[in-house]
Amino acid sequence: MAERIEVISKIVDARATSLAKKFTAQKFAVKSVAIADIYTIDSSLKRTQLSQIQEMFVNPVTQQLLTLQELHFDYAIEIGFLPGVTDNVASTAREMIEDFLKVKFSLHDGVYTSQVIFISGNISKEDTGRIAHSLYNPVIQRASTKSYSKYLRDRGMDRIVPRVKLTATQKVDSVDLHISDEELVRLGKSGIPDADGTRRGPLALDLLYLKTIRAYFDTKKRNPTDLELESLAQTWSEHCKHTIFADPIDDLKDGLYKTYIKKATSDIRKKLGRGDFCVSIFTDNSGAIEFDKDFLVTHKVETHNSPSALDPFGGSITGIVGVNRDAIGFGLGAKPIANTYGFCFAPPDDNTLLYKGPNKTQPMLSPRRIMDGVIAGVNSGGNCSGIPTPQGFLNFDVRFKGKPLVFVGTVGIIPKKNKGKKMYVKKARPGDYIVIVGGRVGLDGIHGATFSSEAMDSGSPATAVQIGDPITQKKLSDALVKEARNLGLYNSITDNGAGGLSCSVAEMAKESRGCEVRLNKVPVKYPGLAPWQIWISESQERMTLAVPKRKWKKFAELMKRRGVEATVIGEFTHSGKCSVYYHKEKIMDMDMNFLHNGLPRRKLTTTFTQVKHSEPQLATSENLNNSLLKILARPNITSFEFISTQYDHEVQGTSIIKPLQGRGRVNGDASVMRPLLSSNKGLVISQGLYPSYSDIDTYHMVAAAIDTAVRNCVAAGADPARIALLDNFCWCSSTDPERLGQLKRAVKACYDIATVYETPFISGKDSMFNDFKGYDDQGNPLIISVPPTLLISAVGIINDIVQAVSLDVKFPGDLLYVIGETHEELGASEYFYLLDHDRGIDIGNSVPHVDAYKNTKIYRAFHSCVRKGLITSAQSVGRAGLGVAILKMAMGGLLGINIELNKLPGSFSRDDFVLFSESQGRIVLSIAPQNKKEFEKTMSGIPYGLLGIVTADQKVVIKGIKGKKIVNMDMDTVLEAYKQTFKDY
Amino acid sequence: MKPKALIFSGYGLNCEEETAFAFETAGATAQIIHINDLIAKKTLFSRFQILVFPGGFAYGDDIGSGNAYAQKIRNHLWPEIEQYLKGNNLVIGICNGCQILINLGLLPGINLQYGKRQVALLHNETARYIDRWVDLKNESNSPWLKDIKSFSAPIAHGEGKLYATAETLQELKKRKLIALRYFKGEMCNYQNLPANPTGTLSDIAAVTDETGRVFGLMPHPERALFFTQLPNWPLLKETYLRNKKTVPTFGPGLQIFKNAVRFYQ
Repeated sequence: MAERIEVISKIVDARATSLAKKFTAQKFAVKSVAIADIYTIDSSLKRTQLSQIQEMFVNPVTQQLLTLQELHFDYAIEIGFLPGVTDNVASTAREMIEDFLKVKFSLHDGVYTSQVIFISGNISKEDTGRIAHSLYNPVIQRASTKSYSKYLRDRGMDRIVPRVKLTATQKVDSVDLHISDEELVRLGKSGIPDADGTRRGPLALDLLYLKTIRAYFDTKKRNPTDLELESLAQTWSEHCKHTIFADPIDDLKDGLYKTYIKKATSDIRKKLGRGDFCVSIFTDNSGAIEFDKDFLVTHKVETHNSPSALDPFGGSITGIVGVNRDAIGFGLGAKPIANTYGFCFAPPDDNTLLYKGPNKTQPMLSPRRIMDGVIAGVNSGGNCSGIPTPQGFLNFDVRFKGKPLVFVGTVGIIPKKNKGKKMYVKKARPGDYIVIVGGRVGLDGIHGATFSSEAMDSGSPATAVQIGDPITQKKLSDALVKEARNLGLYNSITDNGAGGLSCSVAEMAKESRGCEVRLNKVPVKYPGLAPWQIWISESQERMTLAVPKRKWKKFAELMKRRGVEATVIGEFTHSGKCSVYYHKEKIMDMDMNFLHNGLPRRKLTTTFTQVKHSEPQLATSENLNNSLLKILARPNITSFEFISTQYDHEVQGTSIIKPLQGRGRVNGDASVMRPLLSSNKGLVISQGLYPSYSDIDTYHMVAAAIDTAVRNCVAAGADPARIALLDNFCWCSSTDPERLGQLKRAVKACYDIATVYETPFISGKDSMFNDFKGYDDQGNPLIISVPPTLLISAVGIINDIVQAVSLDVKFPGDLLYVIGETHEELGASEYFYLLDHDRGIDIGNSVPHVDAYKNTKIYRAFHSCVRKGLITSAQSVGRAGLGVAILKMAMGGLLGINIELNKLPGSFSRDDFVLFSESQGRIVLSIAPQNKKEFEKTMSGIPYGLLGIVTADQKVVIKGIKGKKIVNMDMDTVLEAYKQTFKDY
Repeated sequence: MKPKALIFSGYGLNCEEETAFAFETAGATAQIIHINDLIAKKTLFSRFQILVFPGGFAYGDDIGSGNAYAQKIRNHLWPEIEQYLKGNNLVIGICNGCQILINLGLLPGINLQYGKRQVALLHNETARYIDRWVDLKNESNSPWLKDIKSFSAPIAHGEGKLYATAETLQELKKRKLIALRYFKGEMCNYQNLPANPTGTLSDIAAVTDETGRVFGLMPHPERALFFTQLPNWPLLKETYLRNKKTVPTFGPGLQIFKNAVRFYQ
């Protein structure tokens, strides 16, 4: 019988106090809250063993076992996981028990955790139900409630054991594809039918693909097995093959990726010649550039949007821990050294609900819960893994309400060579064992790849949700990257991400030209999984390796000593076939060539309509204090210190320019780090993203994103000649020719801008269907599409970290300059959005244009000044323009500024437009007065303007074009505006 | 003599590399050893003079931070640890390492009752993980803190609020086992932050055992090893340059590691 160990704090519990505060804020008459941690152990234990386990789980100084007598409350809520959901605390509990008792639990034993929340106060049964609802997520958790009297009567909560019980047959079905077109479409959309008529979930294969598959199997004179069809669905998914970027589009027969992204990089590399710093691009799990003569730096950014909408915590932790594996899976294994993030949410104060189902069924989580959960997931994933998370941003738009965009990235480092062997080259050889290491396989994450290749609607599968387990991965990562790699114990490695084994094994099998897999050897979390489920499950924390037979023993021993499970599941071959067996039965027998290259190319066509917005007619204002303060408080601009401080950004000891800078603790736009403690060479990482510009023109949206990422990097001290880029496209409705037209313009901008900056793309990813199809709070059908968005992530190099530049002004009397030109470019700007909010105006058309040739000169000149040590502080001018940039510098230094706008290079006629224009290519900076001559000499030929000086009086004074004071405020007022929005988050 | 430091690793500890680097920079020899390798070869202990439990997230902080790792040591290495404590050896636990030492009952070890949990580290008052710089005042005669009056370093943890009964707190004070307290110094003033970031009892940030040789601290001195790790280094650099002074290389955390080396000289 299952035993419950119930542990409660005997002193004040901060977790309970903070819950009580939350309930009170939600207007429940809660007096006090207590939390009990429950461990349900489903294994036969002796009484003495049980009491020993209790001793391990209860801290005698602060905790005790829960006893009925001492408890007084009104309602109790128990929240636990649904069967099969990853329960990390339970894994630790189980490991502790096994280590202590020196036993190994069987597949039928289990440990599960839950929490009971005891609430005292004047609350009703209905209140309790609503409180429970605000605490748990029905996609992954269960909740039950009891009143005090019922609790006493039952002597506690019910004894629930969320064991997975599977009834599905382990038989392999063959799937008849000789059915009507209509039936084929249904098969593609809803999946393979089971005997009872239910469908297994989306294959996301369209009619053309299914007919191609049918034709292939006709030549083999048989139908595909369910596993073969699922396998093709994974491998051919938009998520894995990026067909929209690969297929011919209009007149571009090589498709968008080859024509613009890949070509940008190859053209740049040609031009750089011997100065080329790209080493491994596009082909591996991350892209890599040269860091110094001995090391490479890798970078990769992913999105995890759909899962984060359903289970924000699980979605984002899986995202961050997953992208870590893109570093670990680069070459023979890079060590993750930094995480990046970027979250696009709906405004968190939006309380109207969305529903996936009609008649107010299947409610979506509120924007605030999605925001809180996503932030917490990256916290847990990054912090637990010991990888610093310095760099990130928030962006808000009501159109992120259906699906948030959750960008997560990981920078890695890897030696170029080990014992003469290139570490960035890998090749599985015929005869090598196929080995999987790390976590076990369960039902979690089935159909993740095909799911994310579709819009989210009422049919979105709940099994698509996984929860990452950073500790299992940390053990795996350390054992591989810090040990097995350097011992040369394997020939190749890749991540198990989307599509699970079906993708990772088939992908590596390209290196040897074939594989033979024994699926029954794959370790599972619980019995009863069907072979196709094992093959495509996306259960996390697994890597697939090619281990030479003669090295297996040594490899297996090492993994065992590190507490990492490693299993041989087959062999790489050169048969040209991907063969899979389940016990003796051959259940997949497919030509590698068909699997990887058999998908037909579809010709995409696009249309493009230039949208015309009306230009806002605005009265001029003499005083811009209020506008500036309001803009500082907007969610896109305001301080997100609460995130920066809950993400460890100093682990590994590499932090140089931190996420919060200066006395005023201002969020910067770039982070500088020192990846090797023994070297002064540094890395600069930054990002750029402007979804709102897409409403005017996606070309300029992209141009601004690239320019901003590059400029942020340069402003922090990076060498503009040593910056590489990553592109992450998050599009919507990508079957719509108009959306594809926007995409085509956008990708062209990637080529146009990057080639001028000579900043190669080294890796990228796309997520093309960020649409929500459901119902609003009145039950009316509704489609919400995200604005077409490109995130550009930049990674740059700075030769000497001591030359890194922070944003805070440092001394009264220092001179403030702006470099770059200011024009009246306010289309879709933060200022127009602010006014829109206030007065309901349109966004205009004058979106900023990037002059990459001019900007290149500006950035190079700025960098010369950095190398000469002239720049004492700098802030790249981004969203919301010059006014905010200058205020950030002043807040950073907690010093006043006194400036005039009349010496600004550019063209303009209004003070508010000067202050809030988002013209690209500008940096504000300060220098010591004695360096004026040297600075201006270095800047000759570059548009620059002397704005004014830093003052000691903590006053912000800005004089307009005509010399009148347009801003005059105290630093305290400015700081308060900047920090108030998320103060209580 | 160049002392040798054994740095524990495994199961989610994650600051072993920079901690080893700090000891090496200070003049010690450092070796990172996975706990399972120690369990397999317990004689390894005798080669080392300094035992180091670095920061990290052992077992994901599940079931009490540091608890599961401490249990593993208790299950497999307890006799060796007891023996080790009898020698003229040093022990340090940083952050998660400090949580391990407290759960293992090596700290504070009142009456040298090693093995008994006497104090606890609770969730921070905000119930949230926090990474920021703090200022620390030394109140102990521990060899680890020799010649240090105060210094600054970052903290990064979710469970750092020390709890002790009133009785135990009296004992800690009486026996001078409180090693470091948070106070409002250079960094708090620079960043305008309160002194005590977690609501920890009596501002306690570190404790020692009665010998002073076992030392556990929540802040990370290995992340304050270099000048360029300080949050205010860009301002300080500019100040030094304008005053025609050289810009320093090292930060305030190094002294802790140097003190360990000095203990054996």
